[in-house]
Amino acid sequence: MKLPVKMTINGQSYSHEVEARLLLVHYIREQIGLTGTHVGCDTSQCGACTISMNGQAVKSCTLFAVQADGATITTIEGLAKNGDLHPIQMGFWEKHGLQCGFCTPGMIMAAQQLLERYPTPTEDQIRHQLEGNLCRCTGYHNIVKAIQWASEQMAGKK
Amino acid sequence: MATTAEQRLFGKSIKRREDPRFITGQGHYTDDLKLAGMTYAAFVRSPHAHARIRSLDTARAVKHPGVVAVFTGKDMTGVNSLPCGWLLPELKVPPHMPLVSDVARHVGDPVAVVIAESQDAALDAAELVAVDWEVLPSVTGTEKASAKGSPPLHAVAPDNVAFKWQIGDAAATEAAFKTAAMVVGKRIINQRLVANAMEPRACVARYEDATGDLTLWVTSQNPHVHRLLMTAFVLNIPEHKVRVIAPDVGGGFGSKIFLYNEETVCSWATRKIKRPIRWTSTRREAFQTDAHGRDHVTDAEIAMDKDGKILALRVKTIANMGAYLSTFAPAVPTYLYATLLNGCYTIGAIHADVTGVFTNTTAVDAYRGAGRPEAAYLIERMIDAGAAALKLDPADVRKRNFIPKFNTPYQTPVALAYDSGDYLPSFNRLLAMLDYKKFRAEQAEARKQGRLLGVGFSTYIEACSIAPSKVVGQLGAQAGLYESGQVRVHPTGKVTVYTGSHSHGQGHETTFAQLAADELSIPMDDIEIVHGDTGTVAFGMGTYGSRSAAVGGTAIHMSINKIKEKGKKIAAHLLEASPGDIEYANGQFQVKGFPGKAVPFAQVALTAYVPHKYPEGLEPGLDETSFYDPSNFTFPFGAHACVVEVLRETGEVKILRYLAVDDVGNVISPMIVDGMVHGGIAQGVAQALWESAVYDDASGQLVTGTMMDYALPKADMLPMYETDRTVTPSPVNPLGIKGAGETGTIAATPAVMNAVVDALSPLGVDHIESMPLTPERVWKTIQAAGKGK
Repeated sequence: MKLPVKMTINGQSYSHEVEARLLLVHYIREQIGLTGTHVGCDTSQCGACTISMNGQAVKSCTLFAVQADGATITTIEGLAKNGDLHPIQMGFWEKHGLQCGFCTPGMIMAAQQLLERYPTPTEDQIRHQLEGNLCRCTGYHNIVKAIQWASEQMAGKK
Repeated sequence: MATTAEQRLFGKSIKRREDPRFITGQGHYTDDLKLAGMTYAAFVRSPHAHARIRSLDTARAVKHPGVVAVFTGKDMTGVNSLPCGWLLPELKVPPHMPLVSDVARHVGDPVAVVIAESQDAALDAAELVAVDWEVLPSVTGTEKASAKGSPPLHAVAPDNVAFKWQIGDAAATEAAFKTAAMVVGKRIINQRLVANAMEPRACVARYEDATGDLTLWVTSQNPHVHRLLMTAFVLNIPEHKVRVIAPDVGGGFGSKIFLYNEETVCSWATRKIKRPIRWTSTRREAFQTDAHGRDHVTDAEIAMDKDGKILALRVKTIANMGAYLSTFAPAVPTYLYATLLNGCYTIGAIHADVTGVFTNTTAVDAYRGAGRPEAAYLIERMIDAGAAALKLDPADVRKRNFIPKFNTPYQTPVALAYDSGDYLPSFNRLLAMLDYKKFRAEQAEARKQGRLLGVGFSTYIEACSIAPSKVVGQLGAQAGLYESGQVRVHPTGKVTVYTGSHSHGQGHETTFAQLAADELSIPMDDIEIVHGDTGTVAFGMGTYGSRSAAVGGTAIHMSINKIKEKGKKIAAHLLEASPGDIEYANGQFQVKGFPGKAVPFAQVALTAYVPHKYPEGLEPGLDETSFYDPSNFTFPFGAHACVVEVLRETGEVKILRYLAVDDVGNVISPMIVDGMVHGGIAQGVAQALWESAVYDDASGQLVTGTMMDYALPKADMLPMYETDRTVTPSPVNPLGIKGAGETGTIAATPAVMNAVVDALSPLGVDHIESMPLTPERVWKTIQAAGKGK
């Protein structure tokens, strides 16, 4: 049985009929074609699928698409505005916060929530808030630095 | 603007060119690919560690809506075993079929594939494939594999022994042990690990009936190797009609070197159904089927004189190969392990004896470091055990044993000849960063309060620049280990560099562009790096063993030199000078010492393609290819230290500091090398403290089969790393590069273990047999030590 879903993703409205069991991440990747949101595990550990849904960082592998009916979603593709990178994106680039790049979209989306909660986070706060996102390349050192850099930039803009 | 010598790009940290696509979600990973007419594959796998297929019924699956085809091993006629690419003497090589049709030998062994219009339909139908299993007794433990009564896996190896291999001089070792003032023996278990690159393995296979062309997109560290193995050995299809593309690949750590069942099956099946097929591993499948790493059980003995000078080392290792021999598996616990047991020390005699065994577990092959971490862990643990037995400071004992500075090959007792080394300065730098004396004072103070503080060292060595083809050929490799590099100068003076190396996080698009821009003195923006496509890149061997910069980079360097030589002839003709009088400097070909009498690079490029005024007999075009085969391995080294506090009540280990001074020879990008060191340290620390692939002894089930059960390190489990470098250029290659991709993983595990043992030493602990050092294991160690007193 298929169910109707409507949602706004990166400012654009979408409506589809989807199977009830379709995961939100697969809807975003396969149906919408936004492949920046990744799938790295099947137990909700890795966080590569993290998106922003109604202002909350969520793992899109742990939601059905139908649960996002009516939601406003931002994925990694929607973070830069008018071609200007978000300070977190710039931070990851500036501080070499990525190597293979696979965890990066989820990391950046999680970091966005982190900096909303803690605009000037301590190192411990950054590390704790990133518990739900795994990176196998960087050992997290430069991810922490990237987020610190972004925090400073964002504070400077206020 | 030409780049001046002062503005050298070689050695500069430059923001990566690959990042804009990754930080905006525009990377192109294999699973992102969608082709017209795409179908989706799901594999039916053995739920048992060892089981015979009594019958396999696909009837219900075939009828399931959306199913295009179901194939079993019996359908794959004319298909050969997946090959083992490294043959030791008397190695037992059992068949390793892409789909098992008789006996499954580990949990996850694939028996059938379902291909459907959607991923969901494929997964649903896979559950409808009915297999009647006759469950057989299984063995998973490394030591148990060849014990009496253990069930044999393969007819070719009734005792489950894949090989028996040794290196070094047994008699000299025995003699040295007899004269030693001190001998200490320890059991060292190097547990099984899972690489867990964040991107699961995936492939898309597309056969085009009209042309007979097969294109395979696959998560590969070495697309040419994938193509060669698959076409020449398994599927018997023409190599030139197959194009293998490894697009953006989300980490490898060794696990994406090998030819696996799934891409082989999809490449075969697309020819049958004549539609593209996509398969992406779930993480659960990844745990069950990606090649695992390590898994050694070793008894080691070290002999020292009374001052801690190492006289000899004797090692007996059982290496678990898993159920089959993966692509390069036999090399890992032999030539990549025992040849490194000499560490960075002068050791008179070494003997190592290695037995490889089959078990009902996932195949073991190279995982970041591959053999070298096992060797470094052993020698670094044993030198500490020896120092402890003699009540000597482990830092002093290391200094006493370092090979003095050398720039000509140093021959070890275990085959290898080190290229260059200067071990004391990196260790001294580390001790200064640590403020070692001060730490020992703090530690003594803390001990008075009952706190358990410890420091552990690891002065490691490893072998990179893999590898001289002739040498590895003698040792059993069925492949050459050179690398290709092509430099194509376009008529406008823009440059495309094609490299046989493959980047899956290493940042070659940046570092190789730095290298080329530096040598050609042209802007980086004028240079494009292409990799990962057999359709465009000359035959290459790919990326592993920290070989890309040292071997792949050198191939590019050689091609640039050829471009310069040809350019000199063209410029000489234009300048009406002799080619011998032309030099290349600051982006122009000039008469030596006369920068005013010059032709810019771009003009020479244009002339090469519009050869109106052109030297007689010279071919048009400016496009050069080189294959670099190194004359030796390179040997990066360094010194790491970990400072820990162990909580007596809970057994928790807290990392207080982690310090690393590495020497990887010349460095193209400090930023990228630092990043690799960080990531390597994280993996090495994780082996010491958290990670372990565990099989249930009775059932043969992989207990740690998901990310819920297998403890990958998270951000809050690791510290910031304090890093520095010394630079001892390698004389092996003209770039002086040694290699940096694995140092952290190799160095970190013993540093952490030595730190914990040091912390617990007041309780009488001088060794802990097994890792990871979970709170439970440490707590039990503390309790046992207490009872022993």
